[in-house]
Amino acid sequence: MLKEGRFTRRALLKGAAGAAVVSGLSAPSLLLAQTSEVIRIGHLTPRTGFLGPLGEYAVMAIDLAVEEINAGGGLAGRKLEVLKEDSVNPQTASTKAERMIERDKVACIIGEISSASALTIAQVAQRNKTLFINTGANSDALRGSDCKRYMFHVESQNSMYVKSVGRSFLQDGLVKGKKWYSLTADYAFGHDLLKVAKRFMEGNGGQFAGDDLVPTDATDFSAYLLKIRAAKPDLVVLNLAGAQITNFLKQYSEFGLTFPVGGFGFDTALAWAAGKGNFVGTWPCVWHHLIDTPQTKAFVTAFSKKYNKPPENQAWGDYIAAKIVAQAVNELKSPDSTKVVEYFEKGAKFDVLKTRPGYFRASDHQLMHEMYAITALPADKVKNQWDIFSSSGPVPGPNEDLEVIASTKEENTCTFAT
Amino acid sequence: MLFAQQVLNGLLDGVYYLLIALGLSLIFSLGGIVNLAHGAFFAIGAYLTLVLSPYLGFGGAFVVAPVAVALFGVLIERVLFTRFYRSDPILSLLLTFGLAMVAEQALRMIFGAPPLSYSIPPILRGQVVMGSFIYSFYRTVLLGIAIVCVAALWVLLQRTSFGRVVRAGVQNPDMVGALGISLQPYMSAVAALGIGLAGLAGVLLAPIYSVHPAMGNEIITPAFVVVVIGGLGSFWGVVVAALLVGLVKGVMVAVGYSAASTAAIYLLMLLVLLFRPRGLFGERIMRFE
Repeated sequence: MLKEGRFTRRALLKGAAGAAVVSGLSAPSLLLAQTSEVIRIGHLTPRTGFLGPLGEYAVMAIDLAVEEINAGGGLAGRKLEVLKEDSVNPQTASTKAERMIERDKVACIIGEISSASALTIAQVAQRNKTLFINTGANSDALRGSDCKRYMFHVESQNSMYVKSVGRSFLQDGLVKGKKWYSLTADYAFGHDLLKVAKRFMEGNGGQFAGDDLVPTDATDFSAYLLKIRAAKPDLVVLNLAGAQITNFLKQYSEFGLTFPVGGFGFDTALAWAAGKGNFVGTWPCVWHHLIDTPQTKAFVTAFSKKYNKPPENQAWGDYIAAKIVAQAVNELKSPDSTKVVEYFEKGAKFDVLKTRPGYFRASDHQLMHEMYAITALPADKVKNQWDIFSSSGPVPGPNEDLEVIASTKEENTCTFAT
Repeated sequence: MLFAQQVLNGLLDGVYYLLIALGLSLIFSLGGIVNLAHGAFFAIGAYLTLVLSPYLGFGGAFVVAPVAVALFGVLIERVLFTRFYRSDPILSLLLTFGLAMVAEQALRMIFGAPPLSYSIPPILRGQVVMGSFIYSFYRTVLLGIAIVCVAALWVLLQRTSFGRVVRAGVQNPDMVGALGISLQPYMSAVAALGIGLAGLAGVLLAPIYSVHPAMGNEIITPAFVVVVIGGLGSFWGVVVAALLVGLVKGVMVAVGYSAASTAAIYLLMLLVLLFRPRGLFGERIMRFE
């Protein structure tokens, strides 16, 4: 016992140190007690850099999904908890994935937009036999030469993007015997997209009037626009990503060019950023907020209520991924990744807010689902800042197999070798 | 003919870097501050345009936004930059790097990460046709404004007593002090000018570039390249370098080496530094050597 007056600073420090040790010791047991109660999932997606704007929607969506899942009774009676991190770049993404799996014992990892980061996360997930659901990386290689048994793809592959919007171009007579001018982002995603686009073009009798690679940090397109004006193409095709699409569209309208425009990679956030009058052309879309199904309407209402704006297509990907995991864990009564992988491979069906349920193709783990081609509305028909495009019906059509737009076995071989 | 258009377009393209690079060069040569936050002020200018134009119109934003950015610049100069004058440039580099990150995150918190839409006001839309050369009307106006700004800055620096003190301060601050002139107000004024110019560039480019929190990063690197190529302390060096950088990028695209158009400006910088380490028109600044 300390007498009055002997309560010195030193004693106080000792006491504080002791308290710290005690609380330090007790903390891990508290943590353990918690983990048996909750199921954790990891959410990794770029929040800074040129993909950051899309990552923001991914984060909003995963929060909404977790909220809804917990309100509906959680996962097999346990509460769902989500750990969210900025994946930044491929190296950081794999370090963070490793930490989430080893230290935080997450049941699975959801997210990512960059194809390069998705690959490094998939390698970590595969090594630890932990499920990874890719919600935003498009590269065909992730479903082909780089495929992994523990990686599944809610995001469509580049082939699906090219083939679904390609149908619109075919219908409009913009392919056979026509000249395309393409601009391609000079990195893995752009090159992969260009390869698939060229395959589509050659298979359908079109030709390229010109094809320029655009450095990823280019913001000014005036030099390209002068070349396009001189080449007089029948269609201008963009294999660009992120803010570059917005920059291009704004400057295209600034220079008063009127050749039809289209593209193979796309996110609705970029159309919204270009805005009324600047947004032109026909684009592929994995999902958008105007799809006429009750499930989409419910999602759009819930999202708009929480965040005061409609969800972007990236939001759909992360929302659906969480719901798919919830369905699997609830059916299996276990979050065990190996069991979930088997469940997915056996062809389980999922509500993906579209007219038909989706399922994962066992051969490459790609989600088979409907895509859409959206077309910019003329400026005088635009009523608000969000509803600035009209949509095709679901692609493939109601009487077609969902696989017709995906890459074929010859185009993309996946062996799950490693 | 197309090639001639590309050359002209490349030169015009360079003018946009000029507004950023001149301020960057001014602030560095007088105070020794390597202002990595310069791009952030550009972004703030662009966002202010979006916020102000519903109330004031584009014309109003064009006047108010750069002034607001300049005042903000003076505040930053008074509170932060003053502590780093005459110290190792690495310190101000760290400071402004942090400042740039804070500014980017603040923009993200206030306006959200998704890019915001903003278009050219209808009155400035359309094309200018000169024979077979067709160009965007907006960019022609932009060019005019940039030329006026550069000319005004030149007159201010070369033909006024204010400019004489600033130029003397760049060369020998101790001597200026010994003559009984306090450089402090001049430093503030130069910060206001330089940062205001970055804000003005933000206003002018908001209608044709994507407005997002990281837009400052996109513009700061080429601006630094321009300053390095042009040479520190040289007004005309920066002007010539900006045009040269625009020209090199444009020509690379024109001749079909678009993938190398960014790399080319770094190669240009390397070549200039190999043969002229102080930049094209770099003056010998005693206190930096």
